Amino acid sequence: MTVSNHHWRKAINVFMQALTFVCAILVILPLLLVFFYLLKQGAGAVNWAFFTELPKPVGEVGGGMANAILGTFILILLASCLGVPVGVLGGVFLSEYRHRQLNWWIRFTADIINGVPSITWGMVVYALIVLPMKGFSTLAGGVVLGLIMIPLIMRTTEEVLQLVPNGYREAALALGIAQWRVIVQIVLRTALKGIVTGVMLALARVAGETAPLLFTAFGNAYWTHRLTEPIAALPLQIFNYAISPYDDWHRQAWAGALVLILLISGINICVRTLTRDRFSKRA
Amino acid sequence: MQPMPNATVEPKSDPAKVAAVTARSLSIFFGNHAVLKNVSIDIGARAVTAIIGPSGCGKSTFLRSINRMHELNPDARMEGEIRLFGDDIYSRDVEPVVVRRRVGMVFQKSNPFPTMSIAENVTVGLRLNGERNKKILASRTEESLRMAALWDEVKDRLHAPAISLSGGQQQRLCIARALAVQPEVLLMDEPASALDPLATQKIEDLIIELKKDYTIVIVTHNMQQAARSSDFTAFFYLGELVEFGPTTRIFTNPVQKRTEDYVTGRFG
Repeated sequence: MTVSNHHWRKAINVFMQALTFVCAILVILPLLLVFFYLLKQGAGAVNWAFFTELPKPVGEVGGGMANAILGTFILILLASCLGVPVGVLGGVFLSEYRHRQLNWWIRFTADIINGVPSITWGMVVYALIVLPMKGFSTLAGGVVLGLIMIPLIMRTTEEVLQLVPNGYREAALALGIAQWRVIVQIVLRTALKGIVTGVMLALARVAGETAPLLFTAFGNAYWTHRLTEPIAALPLQIFNYAISPYDDWHRQAWAGALVLILLISGINICVRTLTRDRFSKRA
Repeated sequence: MQPMPNATVEPKSDPAKVAAVTARSLSIFFGNHAVLKNVSIDIGARAVTAIIGPSGCGKSTFLRSINRMHELNPDARMEGEIRLFGDDIYSRDVEPVVVRRRVGMVFQKSNPFPTMSIAENVTVGLRLNGERNKKILASRTEESLRMAALWDEVKDRLHAPAISLSGGQQQRLCIARALAVQPEVLLMDEPASALDPLATQKIEDLIIELKKDYTIVIVTHNMQQAARSSDFTAFFYLGELVEFGPTTRIFTNPVQKRTEDYVTGRFG
């Protein structure tokens, strides 16, 4: 091998390394841009009233998004009531009860459903719940977000359960423990952190959904007292305020976006802290 | 290979006399592939029976058929009969769970449950089968750990995580866990193959100690181990039971040419 060849290879190595570094930076750049822009535009409108007061009518200055913030939490809670049990149990079926053909179809369907645009979900739930009940409702909003969560949680649960070494299942079964107890007490317990991670990430994902809520939760400017009433949610409020012609509402929309991204980042940070010691342990 | 100087003395009782496990014309298939072919054997109670043979000879499958663990493979199918102290363990009305409570198992790779403490690992089989009495659980913990020769090393940290133990200790913990449910037979699938010589020595001493109370069947790749710690040896080859008899005879005076070739290290 010639010397010049060697130099050439070194140069290419340096160049490619720099290129991959730049690409890596490009990945985080949008997040930083979004974050700083939101801070610049929205931080001014984030104050105590924003978290405690209801929206004011057009023309009146001030007011907040308290109902939308609470609404988002209520919707996430409702969605979890549907998405977590169905998703986790579905994942358990896929991972623990190997039914070859059925599993193939379930996985295939779940993956397709994962790719269905969320607005489609909104229309489906509109037809299934809003129309028969003759009105937009909190219930419909929770159901649509729950439906979006199911395939996400199901697939992550399955993957995490597959990471549990088979030796644990065999050891437990060899002790004469019934299979359902093995699943609950050994397999799920071993994989608990991973499942929690999957659930939290699914929560973070649906917390920001807007399109399906347009057809279901609809949004309002008041506190919601019943599951059959429409309910406000942060993404909806941001959307409604952002398309309005009022400067004050625009500022509030920026503030809402900032709060929403902080909320989602908060969930993600919780996940990372909760699962930090996962890989330091022996597998 | 010369016979081991410390090979076990030939036991007085015939294995067929007090048989713990009797297999008759046992064949096991995974799909269309016959892994075990027409195996008949009487495994003596309160003795150590070693199963030897080259990789893929069906010895692990045979071991797992004794507590129906091979059924975890959905393609598995069996023919013939296995009796445990006279009871047909493949009878239609017998649940695998019940068989596994009577026949415990220790695996090649130690596998204590990582979410549980040392004590919890020992009692898991009892607790998940409904035992709630704290006194019973505590006494069984000590008893089992003593039998597994682990008590003195862990008695001051029973609530430490099981995975904080060394590899050899973890394997003895798995033995204690299997003993805690008081099985009649203990199956061991190469229990020392992942351990260093000192830890292996401890496991072998333990096996000899345990046979006072238990029937032990051990699969091993290690000829010396079979010679040192077993009373009877069964040599499997290509899914067939080639030869079965007292360990001393199998290692010093095998009847079959294939057995002699294997135990003297000419193949396998």
